[in-house]
Formats: sequence, structure tokens, C-alpha cells
Amino acid sequence: MNLEKVVFGFFILLALTLNFGFFLGEIDNPEHHNVYELFAAIIVSLIATVLKFGERTQIGAVLLASSLVADLQLISAAIVWAVAVHVLDVGLTPAVMASIVSLSGGALLANAVSTILLTVETVTLHR
Amino acid sequence: MTTPVAARGSIVPIILRRMRVPIIVLITAYAIAVLGFTLMPGVDDQGEPWRMTFFQAFYVVSYTGSTIGFGEVPYDFSNAQRLWTMVSIYITVFAWLYSVGTIIALIQDTDFRNALVRTRLLRSLGGIREPFYLICGYGDTGKLLARALLGRKQRVVIIDRDMSNVEELRSRDSGIYVPAFCMDAEVPGNLLDAGLQHPWCAGVLAVTDNDHTNLKVAIATKLLNRDILVFCRADTEETANNMLSFGTDLVVNPCEDFARRLVMGMREPDTHRVYDWLTSLPNAPLPHRPEPPQGRWIICGFGDFGQAVYRALREAGVSVLVVAEAVDDCPPGSIPGKGTEAVTLRQANIGEADALVACTDDDADNLSIMVTARQLNPDIYMVSLENRLYNRELFRAARPALPVQTSYLTASRFLSVLSAPMLRDFLKQSAAQGNAWNHVLVERLAEITGDMTPDCWTITVSDKQTPAVTLALRLGEPVQLGNLCRDARKRRNRLDAVPLMLRRGGECLLLPDDDTLLQVGDRMLWCGTPQAQVLLGWNLHHLNSLRYVHTGEHRPDGWVWRHLARRRAAAGD
Repeated sequence: MNLEKVVFGFFILLALTLNFGFFLGEIDNPEHHNVYELFAAIIVSLIATVLKFGERTQIGAVLLASSLVADLQLISAAIVWAVAVHVLDVGLTPAVMASIVSLSGGALLANAVSTILLTVETVTLHR
Repeated sequence: MTTPVAARGSIVPIILRRMRVPIIVLITAYAIAVLGFTLMPGVDDQGEPWRMTFFQAFYVVSYTGSTIGFGEVPYDFSNAQRLWTMVSIYITVFAWLYSVGTIIALIQDTDFRNALVRTRLLRSLGGIREPFYLICGYGDTGKLLARALLGRKQRVVIIDRDMSNVEELRSRDSGIYVPAFCMDAEVPGNLLDAGLQHPWCAGVLAVTDNDHTNLKVAIATKLLNRDILVFCRADTEETANNMLSFGTDLVVNPCEDFARRLVMGMREPDTHRVYDWLTSLPNAPLPHRPEPPQGRWIICGFGDFGQAVYRALREAGVSVLVVAEAVDDCPPGSIPGKGTEAVTLRQANIGEADALVACTDDDADNLSIMVTARQLNPDIYMVSLENRLYNRELFRAARPALPVQTSYLTASRFLSVLSAPMLRDFLKQSAAQGNAWNHVLVERLAEITGDMTPDCWTITVSDKQTPAVTLALRLGEPVQLGNLCRDARKRRNRLDAVPLMLRRGGECLLLPDDDTLLQVGDRMLWCGTPQAQVLLGWNLHHLNSLRYVHTGEHRPDGWVWRHLARRRAAAGD
């Protein structure tokens, strides 16, 4: 067992699950989407990205790319949240919430791709 | 077969991998600090219980983490929040210190710096868009070669194992950027990095002081890129033959080369002079050397050089006596000793000797031998080996009749073949012509070049190199070789240049006559001053100049002038 691989897999999976947890629920209902969950999803996704730095393999490059996409989507969601609540003072209307959640939905897709790639790599290595 | 140049030794993955841990530490520290602020209970300006949102928390952490500190925003903090502020300051400041420290450590890392230099070199190499020569070994020979090639505006790339040599090159301003790699040329991968398979690599010059390295470079070049030239220096005949066996384009064994020339100078002084002048580095004072005497010779030192001279002199039937420290391997009758003391030299009967060769592998000993010998026999002809170029001033002051620098011999041979590939054939054929023939040539060369050594170059009659000549031939105007040698500014003056050889098909014509008519595809070897080369270029490139040197008429050209000329001719009728 390789500790590095465990940590790597842990963070990639955790990014996916946290992302999924935030995404779950009615798309325009603020009650169903917790801000702490979004925060955790962003932090874990950032760490997962950094862990993929410096991989020279082809699959490593695609993993890094998908992770960067997830970061971008999640951070955009957080910015939309902050702007809506603190800058424009419109509050979490259904329209705002829907756009935040759909952005995190995109991140979810990218995280899913990451996980699939990781699975593919693992399967090809340990036939 | 090989990875692309840019992908090798790239530094970005190195930086990213080293920065993994520091960045994760930073992210974690910020996450903990932000999370803590959102959890700490506070009180707003109305006295209501209040907690920070993530936006406010991230704002506070951003300015405390970077130690800017705006104070307590948006409301005065509660004690719980102040407690957490302290914690977050310590966490984030230490995380920053650690990250920045890692970056600084990385920059100071020697491996990292090497990777950085290497990446820059590879990038600059990839940008070369003109032919360049790869010089392996930047010792005395390599330096001479590099200087001469750069002087001809040619690009060079250098590999040397010794860091101090490479540093010296990097600090020198040579006008043109010279990529210099500090690595072992014996490793084929290094040669590939240095551009062995680069589309613009024109040739490899292997001049390290190690025969084995030169041999490996030659093999690697012939296997990995057989289209380019490879020139090698070899110190033993065995290596030289080995190199020639797999098609090395030029192998120079400086010791054998010198020994052959010494005997040539003894027997046919003018043949030797032609050889000497044509293979010297151009634009140096023309060497006028006294002829080596035939009588008794003493050789001090029996290394590669001494042995080569000994063999050549014996073959020429000259009586030779060897003085060497270890006489076991020397021919019978040799005198033990260095030759630096008067006793040894007297024992070798220096008073009766005609010539002395000082060729130990230590320059101080060689100088000492010369000074001692001159005291014992002031008229003796002295040959001295200069091992290191930086001792040149001392040798110049000691005034030997024939100073020998093996590095200079190698470099000048390489350069003469590089600049004029036909020169090698010419020298071979001219040597076969005998002394009288060469004597005529020597006088002609001396007349042309004055006191400087001549330059040699080759010209092929083709659209690319001589557009005017091919155009004239197509128009049915014959082109005479003798007329080409006229000055396009004043045709009565002859240019300071001589056509040495003309090759047409498989035939070679030595010193072609003035009335030789040129044909497309002829290859010519010329020799002369650099100025004459430029003036000759006019005749070869401009039809008007070519017509003028042939007929003496200035023909007007261009549509208007042709029209006027026709009218004038019509009016004259």
C-alpha cells in the first residue's frame, strides 16, 4: 500500500462527494444547500488540484485539467453567492440559488470525470 | 526515437512538485482560519448576536494573513473573535513563511539552477535557424576553433566537461551568442541535447584531450546523424585508423602531422611552404621559417610527439639521439635525463648536433631545455613543443626556430578543410608535383598576399553561387577564368586571388590557365586576400561587372538606358 496513493484517492473522492452533497436538493431552495458544504468542497477541490501538480503522465495532465475546471466552477459559485448577498444585497433569491447550484453541478461533472480517470488508471495498472 | 528538445529537463514540473506541500499547507491554514471566523460568536452594533459570513471571514483572514491588518471590520470583535484572530495570525503567517522559504530554497538549489540553465540553453538551441558546428571540448584547440568560426560569423555550440572552461566562455563577449553545455561529450544523450540531430547542425568537431571521448563522439555522430561532417583529433595512429574505418570525415593526428611536415620541410622546403601557408589560420603574419637542417638531431622527451618525430626522422634517414627520463622504452643508445641540465645535453654531444627538439609534456622543462641548449650551442636549430597556449609569450621570447602548438595545428587543419573542402585534394596533388613547381606557386602566393596568410574558398558555377556567370553562359557569352581575376573597378588591375584548382566531372586541373572557359557545374578552389574575395563576388554576381571585366565596356542597363543606347547606335549608323 502506498500512502501517497491513498491520500491522492482520498482527496479526489472527497471532492466529488462533498460536491455531490452540496448539489443535492431542490435547485432554487436555499434551505437545501449549506454554505459550509460549499466551503469544504472548494477547499478539498483546491487541495486535490495541488496534489496533481507535477505529474508528467498523460493521464496526470488530464486529471489536473479536470480538477482546475472544478475549482473554477466552485469558486465562481462562491463569488456569485458573495456578490448577491454582500455587494448587490438581493439576497438568496431562487434565481441566484439556481445559478449557484448549477455552477456547482458543472464542478460535479468535472469531479466525476476525475474519479473515472483515476479508476481507469487503477484498473489498467492492477489487471 | 528521441523526446522533443523542449520536453526534456523542463523546470515547470520540478517547481510544481516541490511546491505541492507548501501550497497545501497554505490552503489548509486559510481554510482553518476562515472556518473559525464564521463559527466565532460576535455582537453587531445593535447589540444583536452576529456571526461572520464566509465573505467577511475571508476578507479578515486575507488582510491578517498577509500581515496588513485593517483592524476589526465590520463591527468590533467579541473576545471569542479576538481569540480566533490571534490563532489565525500565527497559523497563516507561519504558513506563508514556510512557503516562501521553500521557494527560496528551491531557487538556491544547484540541481534546480542547472535545470534552469539547461532549459534556457535548449530553448536558445531550438531557436537557431542557421548552420552551426558542435565543438566537443573547449580546451586550447576548441578555443581557437570557436574564435575562428565566430570570426567568420558562423554559429557554434560547445560541450565541455570542465565547468571553469564553460564559465570562461560564458563570461566572454564573443558578439554572437554561444550556447555552452557543461557535460560529458562521451554520453550520446548529451550530444543529442546539444543538437546532434538539430536540422541545422552542420558538423561535429571532436577536440577533447581524450582519444576515447573523441572516438565515441565520432561513432555517435556517424550512427545518429550520418549526413553531417565529423572531424576528430586523435593522438595515436591506432585511434586515427579506427576513426577512419567508419567514415570519419577528417582525422588529424597533430603529432604525426607535424612530423610529416618536418620531413617535408627538410626535403622540399617550397612544397612545405605552400602547405604551411594554405593551412594557416587566415589573416595572420605569413610564417617565414628557416629550413630544418639534415644533420644530427637530438630529441628531448619521448612522448607521443617525440615518438612521431623520431619515427619520421629515422624514415628520412636522419641520425637521431633521444634524451628521456625513462629510457627503457626508448631506442638503444638513448641518454637518460630530462635534458634541462647542461650535463645531460653535453653527454648527448650537443656541440656537434645541428638540431634539437624540446618536446617534454611540461612547458617549463621545454623552455629550460632551450635556454640551456642555446648556451651550449648558440647556432643550433630548435624545435619546441608548446603544450599550453597561455605560455605562448614565453616561447615567443625564447625564439625557437620552429615553435609547435599541437592545438594550433589541429585547429588550422580543421578550419582549412571546413572553409574549402577541395583544399585537401589540392594539397595532396601539389605535394606530388615536386619542389620546383611549388617554388613557382610560392612566389606567386607571396606576391598576392603580401605579409599575411591567404584565405581559401571554393566556388561552384551554379545559379545560386554565381548567377552572373550562369546567365552569361546561357546568353552564349563565354566566361574566361583569367577575366574573372580582374578588378571590376578597373579591369587592368588584377585581383589578389589565384584559382588553385578546377574540378570538372572527375577531372582536376591544377592552377588552371587564364584562358580556361568555365562551364556550369565547375568547382573551383581559390586562394587570396579577403578583399579580393569580396571583389571577385562582384564579377560572379553582377552581369554588368562580368561584361566589363571581359570587354572593358560599360554597358548601360535598365529599360531607359537600353533604349537610349539603341537610339544612339541608330543615330551613329
